[in-house]
Amino acid sequence: MFDRYHKFLLLPFVLLAVALCHTAPLSAQSRLDSLQQVEQIVVTGRVVQREVIPVQELSGEELQRLGSHNVADALRYFSGVQIKDYGGVGGLKTVNIRSMGTNHVGVFYDGIELGNAQNGTVDLGRFSLDNMEAVTLYNGQKSAVFQPAKDFGSSGSIYLRTRTPHFDEGERHHVRATFKTGSFGLANPALLWEHRLSEEVSSSLSAEYLYSSGKYKFTYRMQEGYDTTAVRRNGDVQALRVEGGLYGRVDRGYWRAKVYAYHSERGYPGAVVRNKFSHEDRQWDTNLFAQGSFRKDFRPWYSLLVNAKYAYDYLHYLADPNKDESMMYTDNHYYQHELYLSAAQRFTPFPWWELNLSVDYQLNVLDANLRDFVYPRRQTLLAAAATALRFKRFDLQASLLQTFVHDRTRGDRMADKQKLTPAVIASWRPIEGSGLNLRAFYKRIFRMPTLNDLYYTFVGNVNLDPEFTTQYNLGATYTWEFRRTWLRTLEVQADVYYNEVENKIVATPTSNFFRWTMVNLGRVEIRGVDAAVQTGWSLGRDFTLVGRVNYTYQRAQDFTDPTSEFYGGQIPYIPWHSGSAVVNATWRSWELNYSFIYTGERYSSQANIPYNYQQPWYTSDLSLSKSWHLRPGDLKATLEVNNLLNQQYEVVACYPMPGTNFKLIVQYSF
Amino acid sequence: MMRLSILKPNAPAAAWWRPHGALRRLLALLMLATVAAGCRHELPMIRSEIDYVTMPTSPAEIEGFFLVNEGNMGSNKCTIDHFDARTGGYWRNIYPERNPDVVKELGDVGNDIAIHDRRLYVVVNCSNLVEVMDVYTAEHIGSVTIPNCRYIVFEGDKAYVSSYAGPVQIDPEARPGKVVEIDTHSLTITREVVVGYQPEEMVISGGRLYVANSGGYRFPNYDRTVSVVDLESFEVVNTIDVAINLHRMELDRYGRLYVSSRGDYYGTGSDIYVIDLATETVVGSLGLAASEMCLDGDRLYTISTEWSYTEGRNEISYAVYDTAEQRIVSRNFITDGTDEQIVLPYGLAVNPETKEIYVCDATNYVTPGYLYCFTPEGELKWRVRTGDIPAHIAFSTEPFY
Repeated sequence: MFDRYHKFLLLPFVLLAVALCHTAPLSAQSRLDSLQQVEQIVVTGRVVQREVIPVQELSGEELQRLGSHNVADALRYFSGVQIKDYGGVGGLKTVNIRSMGTNHVGVFYDGIELGNAQNGTVDLGRFSLDNMEAVTLYNGQKSAVFQPAKDFGSSGSIYLRTRTPHFDEGERHHVRATFKTGSFGLANPALLWEHRLSEEVSSSLSAEYLYSSGKYKFTYRMQEGYDTTAVRRNGDVQALRVEGGLYGRVDRGYWRAKVYAYHSERGYPGAVVRNKFSHEDRQWDTNLFAQGSFRKDFRPWYSLLVNAKYAYDYLHYLADPNKDESMMYTDNHYYQHELYLSAAQRFTPFPWWELNLSVDYQLNVLDANLRDFVYPRRQTLLAAAATALRFKRFDLQASLLQTFVHDRTRGDRMADKQKLTPAVIASWRPIEGSGLNLRAFYKRIFRMPTLNDLYYTFVGNVNLDPEFTTQYNLGATYTWEFRRTWLRTLEVQADVYYNEVENKIVATPTSNFFRWTMVNLGRVEIRGVDAAVQTGWSLGRDFTLVGRVNYTYQRAQDFTDPTSEFYGGQIPYIPWHSGSAVVNATWRSWELNYSFIYTGERYSSQANIPYNYQQPWYTSDLSLSKSWHLRPGDLKATLEVNNLLNQQYEVVACYPMPGTNFKLIVQYSF
Repeated sequence: MMRLSILKPNAPAAAWWRPHGALRRLLALLMLATVAAGCRHELPMIRSEIDYVTMPTSPAEIEGFFLVNEGNMGSNKCTIDHFDARTGGYWRNIYPERNPDVVKELGDVGNDIAIHDRRLYVVVNCSNLVEVMDVYTAEHIGSVTIPNCRYIVFEGDKAYVSSYAGPVQIDPEARPGKVVEIDTHSLTITREVVVGYQPEEMVISGGRLYVANSGGYRFPNYDRTVSVVDLESFEVVNTIDVAINLHRMELDRYGRLYVSSRGDYYGTGSDIYVIDLATETVVGSLGLAASEMCLDGDRLYTISTEWSYTEGRNEISYAVYDTAEQRIVSRNFITDGTDEQIVLPYGLAVNPETKEIYVCDATNYVTPGYLYCFTPEGELKWRVRTGDIPAHIAFSTEPFY
């Protein structure tokens, strides 16, 4: 299996990489400029930062320590985030920031958004942490004004930053080989090869194969009743990812190019219901993209950032009644193409005043073998104007985003949409020299109806309006640093917020069960608190300890229908309380990591009645690692035990999660 | 910060099923030593709830009824409620506590309910089974696995269940359905017969079974036939061409069979067709759209729900057709304006003794629905909350304990 994928995917990649190598400019500049450093910050995982916007980041070693399979697992450690996890290595995992809905989350891969015009959500379970350098979550938008227009366009954003080659004097190669194995029949080899082509240009090649049988035992134990244990089936996944990049420096600037290829086959484990514990439907995905960025400070007062991307996504879904006779035969193919171009310009008239103008263009094409399909093509034009003012104790940022959307179809189409949306961000340090920082932001933004919302045969409704969110946030951060005490750092971050979701796009039934349609019906109000505390301890020379606690309180109420008995009910699957705690201890070449995740009681429906009650769940994960110097490099072995207490739980009703599971990771790098 | 009292804004009055207090949970969260934090409980037993909705009565025949709530697909939320006419009590979700050993309760998506020979039958579509219970206690007797089962009818000691899952053929898109015969004593399948595409409701008359074929999986090539099965030979002996997307069936006392066609939701609307059983030919249509229908004596009650994209909402009508006079006698059997409150009528039944009319409201499908009880004159008598997507009702002549 491996060989077939390997041949198929690697060849075009190699060709493209070679082509890019030859066109790489070779100018001479040996020193890292400040700009490059900004791009390559090696932060060792700080949740609490003196940022103008609430931001949480996991990076470097800390990201690797958490024993996560993928990006979605890592995001569980952030506050204000709910992950919907359908279980297993291959199961769908989506992210919801501050209860505004998965469609409002922008996911950026090395600075360029990962799109899915079809259904508007990105399965973060597919993104491996193997070559990931940082995962960063911003509420509102990234607190930089010099960025593409798209970066202003989501209610919350997740930035995935892959490893950028970084060579010390005299180094020409970096190689890292990793093998992970453990429960669920996991086999996960990965290889990373970084090469310095010249002083200014380096390349990176990363490849990873993943197989998991997806099988695990689960138990349902009813009070005074049944007690049944079964094995989760059809949760198998196999995936191959190959990724290559070229990174170059120019005078006061840089460029980079990247090719990404992913292919997977997986089963749909499906809902566990009476008399039907397993399913037979399957899905194949192919995702390819090529993207490039160029940035240069042409004048001290003028900078340019250009981004371009082409993406192709293919999805094949098959439900075959030969395998499960209760199924309706479905054999659907979906093809998506996306073209994205962006130019951002920064003007800095004074060191304290920055202006940004950016324009993005995007084309989305969706084809499918559905009956009566209208083959939509969507063109989006985004223009953003932003400004930042920096004073000694006060920062202010403001942005305006103009969005224009034009759809073309072979049938009815959505009327053209044109929207202007603002954001204002302020930050204040009331006492000079102290670690206290106050911040506030307001943002109004929307998400367009997805192509499925509008054009899916039967269900779609071309009369939909965009779904709007309005966010108000007030927060504070405090940082203490100590010398000569065991406690070295203490950082506290807390934000309170109020969000509104209007014109929420929901599915509503029509004349019968087979016939639903999408309407702008819902309204949700969210009131919440996110808090985080991080401490760093140092005992003697060899022992360091980092401890972190995150807590989230959310009241997310459905205010759709005032005549409903359930008006004001907490929306499905949003817990009132959730949080996480992580302790990491390092002693010489040993590392011990303990993490705890808690999700409080929730309801599976806005009808908050006992029948829809979902119990709290909490898991403890433990990992131990040791490294050895083994010339010419380092060998590291890690043993993880996840869900230590073997808790039987569900994140989504009828989708049981795995109990205690193990993972062994061996990594050699030089 | 926040006060602890606002931590649980929607706390219902009864808190007995909550495992922790808010404070304890907060502390538990902050405690890193989770080993000591106590364990997640077993799944809480779902208890039935009672609402007394009306005054007690002394019925001569109909002691009450069972109502099946379909529940959304993949949620395993099919439930049954029971109304007891002697006490006026409406019990919600009676199955789990009476059958604690049945794994995953009643199942996923109920589609039909019937009573036969002191047993209660529920067809659970996505759990691929027919659940058989004691009509006096709703205690599990047995179940019969039938993939994608839809509706049930009885004749003597046999039950007949329609199923979408006929034999898989070379073209998987042209897969016919079947009707399965069950022996009600042994609860085993005795015979099967292949009928049209995606068969729905059935009626039995004169030793023949009539089944409405929808072809719902084959849009836009809907089936348009009624298959006639001879119960002796268990073979299809006739196929009557009617109209597209057939669904429900009612048989009147004059030998006429009423079949509803759902239309195609685009150009072709819904209608009710009349088949003369003596000749097995279509003799006409009522010109009346119907998503649900129910015959009581000579009165054929219908509900039609049609989505209007211009209005952005469902347009609903409640009509009555008189099968003796052969004309529509009412365009709205709800006379007191209560129809304005009903969001999405999904089920319809008429009590054969009291002639009271029951209308199920599925509201938005994802929260509990409501059951409305109207007097024969069409005035609201009572209303009660049900489970998710209340849909099918079976009247019982037996007491329920």
